[in-house]
Amino acid sequence: MLVVLILMALPKAAAAQDTIKVGVLHSLSGTMAISETTLKDTVLMMIDEQNKKGGLLGKKLEAVVVDPASNWPLFAEKAQELLEKSKVAVVFGCWTSVSRKSVLPVFEKDNGLLFYPVQYEGEESSRNVIYTGAAPNQQAIPAVEYLMNDVGVKRWVLEGTDYVYPRTTNKILQAYLLSKGVKPEDISVNYTPFGHSDWQARVAAIKRFGSEGKKTAVVSTINGDANVPFYKELANQNVSAKDIPVVAFSVGEEELSGLDAKPLVGHLAAWNYFESINTPANRAFIQEWHAFIKNPKRVTNDPMEAHYIGFNLWVKAVQKAGTTNVDKVIAALPGLETPNLTGGIAKVLPNHHITKPVFIGEVQANGQFDVVWKTKGTVPGEAWSPYLPANKDIVADWVTLKCGNYNKATKKCSGQNYQ
Amino acid sequence: MKKRLLRLGAQWLFLVLLLTSRSTGPLYAQPLSDSGFLAALGELPDAGFDDKYRIVEQLAQSGHPSARAVLTALLEDRLYCRTQDKKVFLVKPGPEDAPTLELIDPLTLKDIGSAPTDTLDKIVANNRLRTILEQMRARFRLSSPDAATRLQAVRDIEQNLNADTIQLLRERSSTESDSRVKKEIATGLALAVLDGSDTQARLSAIATLRGSLRQDVVNKLGSLIEKSPDGGYVESDKQVRQAAEAAVKSIDLRRSIYSGVQTLFFGVSLGSVLVLSAIGLAITFGVMGVINMAHGELMMLGAYSTYLVQMAMPERIGTSIFVAIPVAFVVSALAGVLIERMVIRFLYGRPLETLLATFGISLMLQQLARSIFTPLNRSVKTPAWMSGTLQLNEALSVTHNRLDIVIFTVLVFAALLVVLKRTRIGLEIRAVSQNRPMARAMGIRSSWVDAMTFGLGSGIAGLAGVALSQITNVNPNLGQAYIIDSFMVVVFGGVGNVWGALMGGLSMGVVNQLLEPYTGAVLAKIAVLVALVLFIQTRPRGLFPPTGRASENL
Repeated sequence: MLVVLILMALPKAAAAQDTIKVGVLHSLSGTMAISETTLKDTVLMMIDEQNKKGGLLGKKLEAVVVDPASNWPLFAEKAQELLEKSKVAVVFGCWTSVSRKSVLPVFEKDNGLLFYPVQYEGEESSRNVIYTGAAPNQQAIPAVEYLMNDVGVKRWVLEGTDYVYPRTTNKILQAYLLSKGVKPEDISVNYTPFGHSDWQARVAAIKRFGSEGKKTAVVSTINGDANVPFYKELANQNVSAKDIPVVAFSVGEEELSGLDAKPLVGHLAAWNYFESINTPANRAFIQEWHAFIKNPKRVTNDPMEAHYIGFNLWVKAVQKAGTTNVDKVIAALPGLETPNLTGGIAKVLPNHHITKPVFIGEVQANGQFDVVWKTKGTVPGEAWSPYLPANKDIVADWVTLKCGNYNKATKKCSGQNYQ
Repeated sequence: MKKRLLRLGAQWLFLVLLLTSRSTGPLYAQPLSDSGFLAALGELPDAGFDDKYRIVEQLAQSGHPSARAVLTALLEDRLYCRTQDKKVFLVKPGPEDAPTLELIDPLTLKDIGSAPTDTLDKIVANNRLRTILEQMRARFRLSSPDAATRLQAVRDIEQNLNADTIQLLRERSSTESDSRVKKEIATGLALAVLDGSDTQARLSAIATLRGSLRQDVVNKLGSLIEKSPDGGYVESDKQVRQAAEAAVKSIDLRRSIYSGVQTLFFGVSLGSVLVLSAIGLAITFGVMGVINMAHGELMMLGAYSTYLVQMAMPERIGTSIFVAIPVAFVVSALAGVLIERMVIRFLYGRPLETLLATFGISLMLQQLARSIFTPLNRSVKTPAWMSGTLQLNEALSVTHNRLDIVIFTVLVFAALLVVLKRTRIGLEIRAVSQNRPMARAMGIRSSWVDAMTFGLGSGIAGLAGVALSQITNVNPNLGQAYIIDSFMVVVFGGVGNVWGALMGGLSMGVVNQLLEPYTGAVLAKIAVLVALVLFIQTRPRGLFPPTGRASENL
């Protein structure tokens, strides 16, 4: 890998002043390659397209792709390499929260700029990161609201993989449900290890929990691989979406493309984008993607749209600032707007999150989702969930307060690095 | 919204009842003309779900003779529209991924030829629409000649008991001949009677329900003995209350026994997966003393073989698995022999080097799979005969795929025993593992036996891969998930003993499943690991330690 990088860097060093370097920090090998490879291709496609339009500030864009190999400490090393050696103007990257946490100190120390495209647990706002994926209030909370109000769910199983995203999300959801008058005995929280494959006992328990008279739903923060055996077991034990619907936050088109979607029909997913949403912008994007990847069967998904939005926002910010200087670009970003693929406008908020529409989709037999519910307009992302008592006085504001973790009561800025 | 749904459903059912009754026909809705029917149908392709509910309602009200067929097709995902002119067709049930679909005219219900799949768009339903349609279908199916279909129909109808549906069940009850369906109807009617006020009728209903094992029966009876917030009982009739209490106790007791049996089955099924992945290792690790870190990747090869066999015969998913079994065995066995001949034979007696070398091989095989098949999951379809549940009674059911894997494990284990005990190569394997120099002195080509042993162990890993492809993801990391567990089983069972692997795997599976409901999956795994470590401390050679002279070599 290092050799490849050096080879990539050498001939281009001479032409460095003519190009703007864009870092791509996505795993191309290891367990996360399944999801992240697509995102790398998306960024490459966006760069390609921008160059066809004549580049940016009169210069061509140049991608610097590194492979952190699903290895969290390696993410930090590769980020450092991108920022210090390749001197990239911006980085698009990371998938798992643990990889983002791992690169965060590097971006803050070297004053880089990261666009993070995946839905996450919130509770963070860094000066150097723009969160283009959903915060919990842009995915988890609306999904639960939908189930509660439109489906009439009274009992909740919060089923997750045992790591930071499900644990934090479930903490927020639990607080939210309790605040809505759900009794503690009607909430069952359970965690399983990564790649859990023996779901017999869990599904039997869910079935039991759901058969006690009240309408029950499963809110699933089960990560990637463990989903397939989970849904298979649900189908085998005759738990249908009509009886106990499962709403998932990590199952999208890409994940479904690798499995037989028949047993999943009717189960739900909450995202800010679905490939099936029929808008001219989305149709054009899908067409362009198929042409770029040279495979008409490849699907598009939510994090891809997040990169699409993030890239466009960065281009606009650079054009507005007239430079790729990170400080000036960060200052230019809040307030910028760019259209979503599914309609509506994504706007960068002072807390470095963006506004997003929320959709609930039902799985169809072809592995696509049909939207059954959506929010009226867009929802602004909240860095700190108001449902957690500890967050009562915390705000993130990089425009006026210049702080990602500002306590209104004590008037102190604490936590992450700040200016 | 829920109320609206119920109302909609009830309205709907009433209308369908009118439609299907053998009387003079719909009372107030004039049958829709063909053109009106087609117009309503034509709205479906572009309609949102809210419009679809309305259109479906309209179609059902239409009284048109084709309405039933069209709505059934919508429920079964067989209603399509032609992309170019938005004309709606029914299609005949056929194999999925078929390049063409057989079209049926929605008006005349006659065949009108076929069309390529990609010129047609499916009209999709959602959960709510499916529930409405299913309730409707249940009524048609109540008179189906197939008893299982009738049983399901009664269950569907029970979800929505009202004066109408109760009457329907009563009518059916008098003509019903199948005892299971009869019992189901009796349960449904008894549930309805409970809401009444006639004490005698309610008591006899409770007596009927006592024989049931169903959770919804327990819930219903349970609601009779609940206390209201002010401390008094919700149910005022003391006799009914006491009878209900006794019935709930009796049902709960039987349910908990069956639930224990089910947990035991879960344990055996998890155990048999462990056994299947470990016995191959028990042979290579136990008999040859080789720590093969690439064992998991040999399982992965087996799983990918299953995938490829399925790709080669997409029309016959049901039988492809039987073809996949020998193919996976041969592929993995060949890979194993190759690894043994090219790498391991140079490293005998150097366990650390073997470990490192095979670890390297495992990484190479993973990357190979990643390069050929991409890191994405490959979807291996589950044959129809392996999906679903074997319902033993209301409280106890076992899933087919797990049951089949338990049976498969028993067969593989029996076959392995036969090979080891009854064949020449088995004799040679045992001879070499007990005393290599002596076996050589007797004229056994020990290097050839080594290769064959390794091939046998690897082939069984391939068989494990076939089984795993049915229950988990087929991707390059498949083997990683099972290698640690396999080693644990082998160490626990006692090195070099296939019976040890069997007992070790099964007991680990059962203990894991017994613990899981109380501790959660994460802690259960940790507890099993800690228990294993403690066990190894006291009995370092596992459950079945090698005895006699053979043990001195290990």
